[in-house]
This record gives sequence, structure tokens and C-alpha cells, in this order.
Amino acid sequence: MSENNGSIRHILIGVWTAAVLLFVFLPSATIFLASMTSSRYFTFPISSFGLDWWSKILNSLEVRSLAYTSLSIALSVTIIAVVLGFFGALAFARYDWKGRKLYQKFILLPIFFPQSVLGLALLLWFNALGFTLSWKTAVLAHLVWIAPVVTLVMAIQVYSFDPSLEEAATDLGASRWQTFREVTLPVLMPGIFSGSLFAFLLSWGNFPLSLYTTGADNTLPKYLYAKMVAGYTPGVPVLGTISTAAAAVLLFGGYTAMLFLTRKRNAAA
Amino acid sequence: MIEKTSFFAEPGRRAALPILVLLSLGFIAPLLAVVGFSFMPARTFGLWHEPTLENYETVFSDNTYISLFWSLGLASATVVLLALICYPVAYGLVRVFGRWSTVLTLLFTIPLVVSENIRLYGWVLFFIKGGVLPGTLRTLFGVEMGDFLFTPAAVLFGMVYVYLPFMLFPMTLGIAMVPNQMREAARDLGASRWQVFREVELPLSTPGLMIGSLLTFVLAIGAIAEAKVLGGQRIIPITHDIEIAFTYAQNWPLGAALAVLLMLVVSVLVLIVLRRFDLDQILGKR
Repeated sequence: MSENNGSIRHILIGVWTAAVLLFVFLPSATIFLASMTSSRYFTFPISSFGLDWWSKILNSLEVRSLAYTSLSIALSVTIIAVVLGFFGALAFARYDWKGRKLYQKFILLPIFFPQSVLGLALLLWFNALGFTLSWKTAVLAHLVWIAPVVTLVMAIQVYSFDPSLEEAATDLGASRWQTFREVTLPVLMPGIFSGSLFAFLLSWGNFPLSLYTTGADNTLPKYLYAKMVAGYTPGVPVLGTISTAAAAVLLFGGYTAMLFLTRKRNAAA
Repeated sequence: MIEKTSFFAEPGRRAALPILVLLSLGFIAPLLAVVGFSFMPARTFGLWHEPTLENYETVFSDNTYISLFWSLGLASATVVLLALICYPVAYGLVRVFGRWSTVLTLLFTIPLVVSENIRLYGWVLFFIKGGVLPGTLRTLFGVEMGDFLFTPAAVLFGMVYVYLPFMLFPMTLGIAMVPNQMREAARDLGASRWQVFREVELPLSTPGLMIGSLLTFVLAIGAIAEAKVLGGQRIIPITHDIEIAFTYAQNWPLGAALAVLLMLVVSVLVLIVLRRFDLDQILGKR
């Protein structure tokens, strides 16, 4: 009786989860549909299918330069955030030091903070310092939020790291640098990998911070927002579909690559 | 001198230094600048004027605080709805779906990295006249749909949609913290399913629940795109007021005073909740 009860419950949970997933992906599906129409305005059911807007967007020089700016920001953020996050995570989870508990909570504060307000605060601060706003100030702004996220993601990996491995290497005569390169770095590789993936994607898609801190430079999310507010153009759904699909491919690809790497390492060990 | 070397001799302190420098210059300093600006005379752009309280007086006499109440109300409603929506899903991810959980988790992660304005725009095209839902209803059933877009309900709907992952993932972490043996022991001792839920499952997963609610609330109180894209500016949340003061109105001190009010609410909540938790336990136990 009770077993039966359990399985009905499980089915209900499954159905509910499927419904929530549908809710999560419904707008993406709508955007995809809207990108497939060849007419100027979107009406459903679609009367004339066509890929005209896709070729228009893919050949647009403006979109290419936007993608280039977004990419420059995201790559710079990734590299810097991973270095900061790597050491930040060691301090978070690996070393025992006075002030660590306080440090752990301090790292969380920028994550638990409304991003639009942070963006405006940074706008004010950069102006007070006399900085000219450009994609470089946006890198700084993104880092304030993304470096703590990467630190957390990596810290989870660091928790599962056995410190005696480092000690054993040192006891066997390895220098500090050798221990770092041969033991610490490889063991923490999955954390570094997922940390950089997150840093890149979060920066690529960020809107509230970029909005106030890029100045004259434009990123893709900022451009899309300007287009949306200005009135309808089917270019927005095309770009939206591309960014959603790219994010999905990167996430699933990254996950598969990581599975593959861990399996290879386990086989080698 | 000796004092100084021993301070950085500790490897943890050395490793923490770079990110602490970043956050001091990129987080603490800007927030202090905002606080400083909030005491400057209206429509000035420097920090070296005579301090004044006039911006705070303006905030309370101009009824600007009404938008703060809108933001607080919408954020609270978002948290409650998301807690109810996400709990069964989080429970399923931890206890029911087995090896499918990883794929499902990845699926729930995807929206997180697509700009919220693009996704909200998808909802606009879904609900708008001639859009997916009204179009389907008309062609299949011949029913005309009333307006949903550009209402306060649409704003709430958008917020629930955007902040879903921020509730779901901490919740999953929380439920995963409940040891299986504990639940089984409770069952063996004759507890009903409801009792197990109320006496074991819920209390032990509270840290995840609390952190998810806090994160959702804090981010939702900073929401701005939802009201603009789905709400058609019917509701003016506090963040919108702040933005207008900073941009069109060119009145930074007033914007700063509003931002300080928001920051006060957020920091009091964050400090109260975060104080209670040992992060080593939440993140470390796998």
C-alpha cells in the first residue's frame, strides 16, 4: 500500500518537474518560432516561414562587432576570475586561518546584492575616479560579481581535496612550485574547468552590469535591449535563439568533456 | 617588521588577498561612494560639498518610498511562489530522478546564462496579441484572450520565471544535506510520510531553503527588466526610480539616497541570515 503510494508520488513529482521545465523553455521556443518567419511582424500561427532574418543577422557587420566586444569582455573576465577564484577558493576551503569564517561570508556579499544597484554604484564610482567608461570598466564590473561565484564553484572542488597529498609530495622532496604544478593543480582541474565555463557564460549573458558600465561600447545583451524597447524587429529573436543555443551547446559540451577527462584520469590512476 | 612578515606568512591570508583587494576596490568603495553621494546637495556631481539630509527628505515627502513597497511586495510574493514551485522539483532532483538528475540540472542551468531580457521578450511574444498563446486559442478554439501583458501580474510572473534557478539550486543543496538513514530511521520508528517531512526533511534542509529564499529575495528586489519588458511601466519598482535619478534626471544624490534605502534592507536581511550558517557544512559535505 505504502509502496504504491510512493510511486504515485514519484509520478506526480515527475509530471510537475516536466511542467516546470516546459515553463522554463517556453519563451526560448517562442523566440525560436519568431525567428523563423520571413515577415516583418510576428503573428502566430506563422503564415510564411523563411530564414531571411537569419542571413541578415549573420551577415551584419554591426552584430559582428558587438559579438567581438562581448567576447573580449567575457574572455578577460574568465581569465582574471579564474586566477582570483583559484586562490580565493584555497583560502575559502583549504587553508585554516584566522578570519576565514568572516572571509567566507564577505565573499558572498556581492552575490547577495541586486545587480542593477551594483551597476549604478560602479557607474558613480568610476565617474568619481575619472575613468572613461569602456569595455574595460565593464570587465571590472563583471569581476566584482563573477569572481566570487567562481570562488564558490571552485571551493566545492577544493573541499574534496585531501591536503595530505600536498604534504606527501613535500615529504618526498618536491619543491613548493613542483607540488603546486604536479599535485594541487591537476587535482583541482575539474573545479577550474567548471569555474571558467561559468565565468565565461555569466559574463557573456550579463545585462544589468553591462548596461551602466560599458559607456560607448555595446555588448550583445545591451544592444538587444535597445532594439526591444525601440519596437519590434525579427532580428531580436534570431540573436536570442543563437545565444540560447550557444549556451546549451557550451554547457552540455563542457559537461561531456569533463566526464571524459575524469574518466581518462581515473583509468590512468 | 617582524609583525608584517608573520601576517602574510599564513598561506590562507596570502591566497585570500587578491580577491579581497578586488572586492574592496570594486564593491566596498563604490558602496561607500553611494552613501557619500546620498548626503550631497541635489544635482551635484562631486563629493566635496557640505553634507545635507535634503535627499532623504525628498524621498519621504515625494512618496518615492511607494515604489520601495512595490519592490518589497513583489519580491516577497516571488519568494513564496518559488518556494512552492521549486520544492517538489528539488526533491525529485535529489531523491527520485537518479542518474537523470545531472541532465535535468544542466537543463535548468541553461536559462541562467541567457540574458533575462531575451527570455522575458520570449514571454512578450508568447502573450502578445497575435502571439503564440492568443493565436493558438483563436485558431484551435475560437476563443479571444484577455490582456495579461502589461499588468502587475505579468511582472510577478516574469520575476518568478527569471529567479527560478536561484531558488532551485540552493534548495537542492539543502535537501541533499538530509542523511538518508535519518529518514529511514524515522520511517522504521513508525512516522508517517507527512511526519517525516515535517519533523526530519524540512528542518534539516532549512539552510538550503533559507539561502535560496534570501538569494531570490535580494535579486528580486533589484529586478528592473521584468517591470520594463512585461509590465509596460505600469509598476515602477524602486530600481527604476534609482535608474531615472541617475540617468534622465541627472540627480545622482537623490538616486544615491534611494539606493542607500534599498541597500539597508538588503544588508540587514543578508547579515541576519548568513550569520546563522556554517558555510563549510553547507558546501563541504557532499
